[in-house]
Amino acid sequence: MKSNQTPIANFFPRDRSWHPKAYTPDYKTSVLRSPSRALIAFGNSLSETTGPAFGHDMIGPLDNDLVLNFASPGMSAIGERVIVQGRVLDERGQPVPNVLVEFWQANAGGRYRHKKDGYLAPLDPNFGGCGRTLSGDDGAFAFRTIRPGPYPWPNGPNDWRPAHIHFSVFGHGFAQRLITQMYFEGDPLIPRCPIVRTINDPKAIDQLTARLDMNASAPMDALAYRFDIVLRGSRSTLFENRLEGN
Amino acid sequence: MVTPITPPLYPLKESPSQTAGPYVHIGLTPNFCGIPGVYATDLGATMVGDNTKGERITLEGRVIDGGGNPLKDALVEIWQADADGIYKTRAEPGFSGWGRAPADGETGIFRFETIKPGRVAFPDGRLQAPHINVWIVARGINLGLNTRIYFEDEAEANAGDPVLARIEHRDRVPTLIARGGAGKYSHDIHLQGPQETVFFDI
Ligand SMILES: [Fe+2]
Repeated sequence: MKSNQTPIANFFPRDRSWHPKAYTPDYKTSVLRSPSRALIAFGNSLSETTGPAFGHDMIGPLDNDLVLNFASPGMSAIGERVIVQGRVLDERGQPVPNVLVEFWQANAGGRYRHKKDGYLAPLDPNFGGCGRTLSGDDGAFAFRTIRPGPYPWPNGPNDWRPAHIHFSVFGHGFAQRLITQMYFEGDPLIPRCPIVRTINDPKAIDQLTARLDMNASAPMDALAYRFDIVLRGSRSTLFENRLEGN
Repeated sequence: MVTPITPPLYPLKESPSQTAGPYVHIGLTPNFCGIPGVYATDLGATMVGDNTKGERITLEGRVIDGGGNPLKDALVEIWQADADGIYKTRAEPGFSGWGRAPADGETGIFRFETIKPGRVAFPDGRLQAPHINVWIVARGINLGLNTRIYFEDEAEANAGDPVLARIEHRDRVPTLIARGGAGKYSHDIHLQGPQETVFFDI
């Protein structure tokens, strides 16, 4: 059957010189996993401008609290307690409300709860490593966790990941779908990391570096870091462009 | 006629992408990867229910690297219209059109149980062939890859599809078409090599 949904306007094109290139040989795994043919572009249709929506009823009370969401009753995860908060915005600076933000990370020792992670650092029995939340009407989100440890990884002879939290973010269109990582201000491993260095522009790396926010910290409890996420904007108010006969 | 309403403003840049890394399953399918109890179920694991309208289909495939090896740490998401060609953009019970599947840790196979989507109009009014929008992330993929899956048994619709028509090298069109029929389809996605799948800049 034919759809009668009305398309909204296109997203701004992705600035692919701002994002990492696919082929970044200093990050060795990209060598065999990077497409080599040119990407094919076309104007957005509903397939790209629409996307799934998630309801607040889906989110459990501990989903945004990695300190407690895997812990036994009365226990909590080991590590430096931190609050991460920020807003989901689009490229025009508008809040992106009610979108799903998911996050995952290593424990305070730099170990992931995964059967393929064999790092020497021990698992924390009270730390799972995943969480999620929905942005509010103003695009704001927050969660509590422990600061993850840096960890070594097999790439160069002695490569270490800076402390980081992985983020998965939905927009309102499937073409806004984004995965990225958050780093912590002042970490000397950031400029040394081959994955960070897949990004060429220092300003882009800076955009992934969360800032310590003393005013948002909870005294005697947790430090706070500020991390805003920016999704692609759209031209929806630029032109009134109606299609006839559709 | 085209009427400008506001001047374009680009005050911010999109957050740059970083790879999903080897442990994306911890974050996005924790029950699958041995972290039970945080969420009741993995999001996107079940797409259809008893009351979902449309032809049930199973879609299986692998993401294959330039050495011919399936990725065992990939994560695939799909987004599709319902049987009437409507995208469900509100959170409501029933078929949402969105699914998420981890690659199997041994075989690399991802699997979706869904329905054959209806046809959706292109902005110029032409109808697109039934298709599923696909987004792939994994270790070694620096920016999520967008592709589509069409269906072998929709040859007539595929022949008139405006997106497939954008592909200049016609021998690459089959890289977007799942093989099969009668409700069972298979589709491998090749990241490199002579069969490299068409990826889109959308
Ligand atoms: Fe990581």
